[in-house]
Amino acid sequence: MEKQATRDAYGKALVELGQKYDDVVVLDADLSKSTKTADFAKAFPQRFINAGIAEQNMIGMAAGLAAAGKVAFASSFAIFATGRAFEIVRNSLAYANLNVKVCATHAGLTVGEDGGSHQSVEDIAIMRSIPNLCVVVPADGISTRKAVEAVYKRPGPVYLRLGRPSVPVIYDEGMDFTIGKGIELRSGKDITIIACGIMTAKCLEAADVLKSDGIEVSVVDMHTIKPIDKELIVRKARETGAILTVEEHSVLGGLGSAVCEVVCEEYPVPVERMGIMDIFGQSGSPDELIQYYGLTVDKIVEKIHILIKKK
Amino acid sequence: MREITESSIQEVTGKALIIRQDIIKMLGKAGSGHTGGSLSAADIVSCLYFWEMNIDPQKPRQEDRDRFVLSKGHAAPVLYAALAAKGYFPGEELERLRKLGSPLQGHPDMRKVPGVEASTGSLGQGISWAVGMALAGKMDSRDYRVYALLGDGEIEEGLVWEALMAAHHYRLDNLVAFLDHNGLQIDGPICEVMSPEPVADKFRAFGWQTLVIDGHDPRQIMEALAAARSTKGRPTAIIADTVKGKGCSFMENRAEWHGTTPNEEQVAQALAELIG
Repeated sequence: MEKQATRDAYGKALVELGQKYDDVVVLDADLSKSTKTADFAKAFPQRFINAGIAEQNMIGMAAGLAAAGKVAFASSFAIFATGRAFEIVRNSLAYANLNVKVCATHAGLTVGEDGGSHQSVEDIAIMRSIPNLCVVVPADGISTRKAVEAVYKRPGPVYLRLGRPSVPVIYDEGMDFTIGKGIELRSGKDITIIACGIMTAKCLEAADVLKSDGIEVSVVDMHTIKPIDKELIVRKARETGAILTVEEHSVLGGLGSAVCEVVCEEYPVPVERMGIMDIFGQSGSPDELIQYYGLTVDKIVEKIHILIKKK
Repeated sequence: MREITESSIQEVTGKALIIRQDIIKMLGKAGSGHTGGSLSAADIVSCLYFWEMNIDPQKPRQEDRDRFVLSKGHAAPVLYAALAAKGYFPGEELERLRKLGSPLQGHPDMRKVPGVEASTGSLGQGISWAVGMALAGKMDSRDYRVYALLGDGEIEEGLVWEALMAAHHYRLDNLVAFLDHNGLQIDGPICEVMSPEPVADKFRAFGWQTLVIDGHDPRQIMEALAAARSTKGRPTAIIADTVKGKGCSFMENRAEWHGTTPNEEQVAQALAELIG
């Protein structure tokens, strides 16, 4: 199976974007080799700004560049872009509704060996709560490329969450990426899994396993967490009667919470949330961490068997 | 090059007086807001809007305009007064400062007020914006200039120094930062709360051309701006020694006037003193 890290796809997509649009500028905070903005820096040195190890000023400068007519892409690890620079994102980008795209890599546990200090498990929750800010979490390399273009074309601030590890490519080039429109990858009548980011591929695998157990599962790639696709969530709640959410993020405030908010108010059915259970990560290989924190295909299958009995 | 003449000095002095009167009137009406630090910056802001900057209130979004960023966003009244005096919006708007539905928010909102270039108020962020704007100007080989006004309490924020470092690194000679050095912050004298002194040495150490002037003397402000304009390869900091509450005897050099507004009687007294 073909694999690609979403950060790698981001780096390539930025170069393509730079070729197409003169107003694209890219900022980084001394992590350009890891975030892959180094590709853009090489191709367009005049349009690349290294802020040094100063994420707050990176976001502040991005605001100034956007106010002067640029479309600024600012990258760092998720922990720093959304944590260290939170209040600058809130006041300088979102409050002023500026055309800045905060594109953070190394989100979630799969940062791996660097450990809990660098594993952002709360960034979706933080970004989702800010008015004006759109939150996008692509599932694979191809959808990341499409997302980068869609994010460029959407006026205003966006948070794009990307990962470090290679993940299976689940889309083909013809896929349609529309911000705010979830993608129903499988349509099964028994139960729905709503996932985002790198967990989406695992949910597809789980759906295959469940099929052999006689359970037909719908799988939704909810790549936009905000604005969330209410219509699709309500339809799947109605059609299948129960929902499992799966994300590489805290179960507090992320995709699971966003889905629950819709389901509670619009069409109550049982929902279970899989994610990181309000705890910090630790050092380990990405695979070991996924295993340790219970985000494996087996666990998804197990959870579906439990949830389906609650219908 | 703008000339410094008796008539240009008269012009900015006259506008500074109007700005100060409007600050007092609008804050008296609003009943909340930041009086002292608005008054201390009035002469600097007047020189920028009525002598230095290449701006046209009829075309507030013109690409090549000079840009002013009020990094000490709480001094919004001084900016609003200058914009009204320049003709960006009618002066009557000033009476609705801080009222529900008014474009004149407690801190400047670029989405609500023509002529406001940056939504500031959270300290330290404005200078960072200004660096970004100056970078954009360099990138596109435009000759607009960017001016930021910082408070001397504001520079206690770490972000300010990140921004100053970047401005020097990217050789932004199209950027000027004023420091409204009035020596007072909410909790008292800056030297007692968290001293940023010696401020000029710090700006110099960060690679900025650094000038120290009397921030209430239009000629010195204009000369410093002219010096900044002819400096290549690095940004200019103008440390402007000022008096908090300048122009109203009972407010001058008193920290308690940082975030206090005059009552009706005090408004009358302040206006009388200003007119002299």
